Amino acid sequence: MITSSKRKKNIKNIFEKLEKSKTGIVGLDEVTLGGLPKGRPTLVCGGAGSGKTMLALEFLIRGATEFNEPGVFIAFEETIEDLTKNVASLGFDLKDLIAKKKLYIDYVRIERSEIEETGDYDLEGLFVRIEHAVNQVGAKRIALDTVESLFSGLSSIAILRAELRRLFGWLKEKGLTAIITGEKGDNTFTRQSLEEYVSDCVILLDHRINDQISTRRIRIVKYRGTVHGTNEYPFLIDEDGISVLPISSLQLDHTVSRKRVSSGLESLDEMLGGKGYYIGSTILVSGTAGTGKTSIAAHFALTACKRGERVLFFTFEESADQVMRNMKTIGIDFEPYVKKGLLHFKSSRPSVFGLEMHLVVMHKLINKFKPNIVILDPMSNLFSVGNPFEINSMLTRLIDFLKSNHITALFTDLRTNKESSEGVTSLADIWIIIRTKIENNEREKRVYVRKARGIAHSMQEKKLLISKKGVEILTPKAL
Amino acid sequence: MKTKDKMKKLPTGTQEYLELRLYVAGQTPKSLTAFSNLKKICEDNLKGQYSIEIIDLLENPQLAQGDQIFAIPTLVRKVPLPIRKIIGDLSDKEKVLVGLDIRTNQKKMKQKSKINEQKSKNQS
Repeated sequence: MITSSKRKKNIKNIFEKLEKSKTGIVGLDEVTLGGLPKGRPTLVCGGAGSGKTMLALEFLIRGATEFNEPGVFIAFEETIEDLTKNVASLGFDLKDLIAKKKLYIDYVRIERSEIEETGDYDLEGLFVRIEHAVNQVGAKRIALDTVESLFSGLSSIAILRAELRRLFGWLKEKGLTAIITGEKGDNTFTRQSLEEYVSDCVILLDHRINDQISTRRIRIVKYRGTVHGTNEYPFLIDEDGISVLPISSLQLDHTVSRKRVSSGLESLDEMLGGKGYYIGSTILVSGTAGTGKTSIAAHFALTACKRGERVLFFTFEESADQVMRNMKTIGIDFEPYVKKGLLHFKSSRPSVFGLEMHLVVMHKLINKFKPNIVILDPMSNLFSVGNPFEINSMLTRLIDFLKSNHITALFTDLRTNKESSEGVTSLADIWIIIRTKIENNEREKRVYVRKARGIAHSMQEKKLLISKKGVEILTPKAL
Repeated sequence: MKTKDKMKKLPTGTQEYLELRLYVAGQTPKSLTAFSNLKKICEDNLKGQYSIEIIDLLENPQLAQGDQIFAIPTLVRKVPLPIRKIIGDLSDKEKVLVGLDIRTNQKKMKQKSKINEQKSKNQS
């Protein structure tokens, strides 16, 4: 007992010693469990266009605006004008930050054709510039982007290596939380093996294209003295800057609700023990084409809106307008709720980006809209952009996220084979199946509850009718 | 004919006036070496045709940005344009002369050095 408590104390001490500096970048602080090592340099490496400059710049901007930590950006590749333009589209106003003395940018131009070398030299000029910049704004953060440009402008690699080692040491001495970017080499993290000098924290960015669909990914390769997420996490650069999705850090420890919510159909509620779905559960509605899956989802959404709850409706097949038009024909009018802002449609083609990027987008929108109910229609359309393993892991992450936020989710699932299990069914708490049956030369829709966790559900297969009044579920006389 | 033309274009003594700046950061051995090397090269080749301004970045750090200085010592030829930069302690005279684009005297230097070489050979 004593030893174990001692050990715990030691571990605690280690974590306390390691101070971290929050980046303010969505998701990155979760993946790094608190941010970058405070007062120490972090190496951010990746190929061309992987988002290194963006990450470095957002780290400084967030520092200046959210944590009152002014920053210095030493640009070796882009001029101040270029940088300002590049991030203006992301809603960051660099000029304003510079005017307020919260940010200082120095563009270091290195032009080999202008420079002749003779004899011994050092990079004291760069040190002087950095120190001057740091003093101008009282900087706590700094980014060097990309310091490797020095190697293309100067020929003495020996001097450069020694000077960079001195530079990184000097940054540490100054207590600056630094991001140093480097271009990915063939077999090394950076072309000039900067990782040999910056060893506290190494972050790798990647921009991959699979089946013509691109995904950005981030991975913490190394973080000395602390635990961190080791997976590759997808990230997104959009009008709000960078968002990293810390998907697999979730555990199966969310609390669940005992409360129930109506499915929007009395007859369906009855099949589910008379009370409907559990709040925060995941419902899967499977069926072949044209069996009324979207209609069941629509009833659920409408009833929720009537209660004043918020609904986020993702459609991957139809435009929002088309869904609204079609639902109106069965007596479901979404328009007033869309106007009220209770219902929000998000339509996108599955192929616009990769699976994980869909997840990032959904994640972001859910965080922003804060819905009570999320509908994915049809979820199975996402299957066209990934392999079964990816789909399974993505849905697991999404469901975990929804559950931990107590959001009730309804997924529709278009199936071509009768019961082809995609591995998704095990994730669902309630599984409703609709099928068509041919009787007396007439197609009839039949619905039954295949499973319903924690609910004493009906085992009967019932008849499903769709009319002007909406969906009706009847007990067939013949049965 | 050709040689005559060249002589006309660049007669000795009509070398353009050079405005030089030597950037240093404190009185380090490298900077002192660079200055003495520069002084000697200028005296030998540009007597009365040059000015040297020494800028100590430890005193005026804000001046590093204007001439895009990152290495120390750096010699900058401000006039005539275009601006030229030489990094290092200026220990290689030939390179400094080429870098500063001093053509006329370069020939002389070469001749001189050849003569010197011969002299030293003869002596040995």
